[in-house]
Amino acid sequence: MTVENQRAGVVVEDMDQDRFPAGMRVLAVDDNPTCLKLLDTLLRKCQYQVTTTNQAVMALKMLRENRNKFDLVISDVNMPDMDGFKLLELLGLEMDLPVIMLSGHSDTELVMKGVTHGACDYLLKPVRIEELKNIWQHVIRRKKFDSKVQNNSLNEDKACHGAGDSRLGVISTLSADQDGKLCRKRKEQNEDEEEDDEENEHENEDASNQKKPRVVWSVELHRKFVAAVNQLGFEKAVPKKILDLMNVEGLTRENVASHLQKYRLYLKRINSVAAQQASMVAALGGADSSYMRMGSLDGFGEFHSLAGSGRLSSSALSSYTPGEMLGRLNSHASLVLRGITSSGLVQASGQNLSSSINTLGQIQPTPLPSNQSASLFQGVLTSLELTQLQQSKCTSSTGDFNPIKDSRGFTAVSNGFSDTRVTVGSSTSLLPGASSHPLVLQGNPQLPDDRGAFVNQYSLGVASLTPDTFDIGGGGCSNFLDHSNNESWQSAIQLSRFSSNAVPLRHELHIKAKMGRTQTGLQSKLEPHCQYQKFCGFCQWYNKSLGPQFGPK
Amino acid sequence: MDGVAQLQKQLVDYTASLFQEGFLDEQFNQLQQLQDESNPDFVVEVVSLFFEDSERLLNELAKALEQKTIDFRKVDAHVHQFKGSSSSIGAQRVQKVCIAFRNYCEEQNIEGCLKCLQQVKHEYSLVKSKLETLFKIEKQLIAAGGSIPT
Repeated sequence: MTVENQRAGVVVEDMDQDRFPAGMRVLAVDDNPTCLKLLDTLLRKCQYQVTTTNQAVMALKMLRENRNKFDLVISDVNMPDMDGFKLLELLGLEMDLPVIMLSGHSDTELVMKGVTHGACDYLLKPVRIEELKNIWQHVIRRKKFDSKVQNNSLNEDKACHGAGDSRLGVISTLSADQDGKLCRKRKEQNEDEEEDDEENEHENEDASNQKKPRVVWSVELHRKFVAAVNQLGFEKAVPKKILDLMNVEGLTRENVASHLQKYRLYLKRINSVAAQQASMVAALGGADSSYMRMGSLDGFGEFHSLAGSGRLSSSALSSYTPGEMLGRLNSHASLVLRGITSSGLVQASGQNLSSSINTLGQIQPTPLPSNQSASLFQGVLTSLELTQLQQSKCTSSTGDFNPIKDSRGFTAVSNGFSDTRVTVGSSTSLLPGASSHPLVLQGNPQLPDDRGAFVNQYSLGVASLTPDTFDIGGGGCSNFLDHSNNESWQSAIQLSRFSSNAVPLRHELHIKAKMGRTQTGLQSKLEPHCQYQKFCGFCQWYNKSLGPQFGPK
Repeated sequence: MDGVAQLQKQLVDYTASLFQEGFLDEQFNQLQQLQDESNPDFVVEVVSLFFEDSERLLNELAKALEQKTIDFRKVDAHVHQFKGSSSSIGAQRVQKVCIAFRNYCEEQNIEGCLKCLQQVKHEYSLVKSKLETLFKIEKQLIAAGGSIPT
């Protein structure tokens, strides 16, 4: 880890202070050669020092090699090898460089996505030189407010932690806990640098007098950070404790605080994506298991440590908004499965571990296909997840998910999940040698309400659990998670009765997966169409409502 | 010299006509303004890149639309690229067709897409030949000792 002292004033590292903004070092990333050439020329015309690449992966590599080589990054949104937003997040987390997004689209959603992912700006193609002439402001702004943001995140952490109980309200939008929402809002506000006054009062004197060394969050450092966070449990993960756990010399609480803030946002993004993917992938349960057998997945060496154990802390879960929860679980499931390359192995380990799991909670070994589907998650995750999300903890879940009869707040939980197409496609393509599963590539934008519902439910169930963690081997965790997925689907499906979806998509997906063709009416295909039938709440409900002839097998 | 003056006039008129007919738009002006001593062949370079890229994209599009089950997402991605590059050099008519093309992709309207593919091919070849003519005149002008009027 390198800690560079920030001189008094705005400019650090190798920036040419005198000529600024001339000589500002920009990295331009765009897969379209015409646009890239144009961008390159425009930037040179503004007297910036330009480096170009048409591959996001290359850009990332360059930046990782020496983060100090660049002051600003401009990146296209639609790129084949990596989604621009993904790159944006990575850069934000690892490098804290200002990133400007570039796109031919001006959809509000996309711009919003850019904003929420932390982009400094969003430009439309074709770019005009006038706009580029001003981009240097982002560099200045970031450096100037860097320390301020660290202070704010510190404040926010303290304040939020003080209102810690209210955090539990975040678990379920059902209870519509005002404090919980307020806490979350505070976080967002802080990110936008609009402080809550009372928070400011806490730490202002303290922080402003402290020295703020510049920290580079290397992969190694971030790994330690994530380990510390997971060890503490997400809710209890306050900067001070994380700092102590990490035990890194020269790192201050403020550094940790601001990094924590970014990390949380990042996870939020991931989970909404992963959750959607998970649900979609799970539906493809019967799909090709060889897809999962991606032996070429050895690019993710860092990941093996995760394969060793899978743990999700319930407290971690409880701090997420409902929509994120399942996603988080799923992502962990898949993370856990990373090291496993054959579905047979998964099942075997699942079986072996089931006994130990059973001692903690009554979890039945799930049938192989579920494991397969879980392992499909694997393919869907990005390498970022793998590097960042290590050592996730799983808590056992007892079978008693109480279906929530109260339908409040379900439909609310869906906003984040609008469009993951690009993300999904790109994340799949990240895997070396992995062939993109066509089904996986198609995001399922229809899932929101459903998923929101069941994740809601699930999170409630989890929150009631003890935070004890146990070590499960890879298969075991997936085992557990699948089961809980099924269980939560069960509740969710029941819940979905209250939702606006006429036909719960979960069931349709089951049918599709098994039959391999689209099923619109439920009345038609009714043989053992669902491998989850034993656990699938929907099938149970459905069978119940339609009569015994289609009862569970 | 008459030759130079004539060529210059020819160039100016021709360029103006391209703008008038909507083949090119303001963006092309920007390109021309970016050309200077340090970057004397900028416009030709960028446009050549555009030609190359476009040929590739058109091939990909044709291929994608020939499939039994069309992957509209892929088609959309290609069209998006095409739209981006055409807008970058100011090929206005091509860009417009791309926009319509994308709408059809969203609707998953195969016929509409095929129609647009034909259209975009047509517009592309038109603007290509126009630009090539333009460059030819420029070359002649420079060869005759003149300079491109800004």
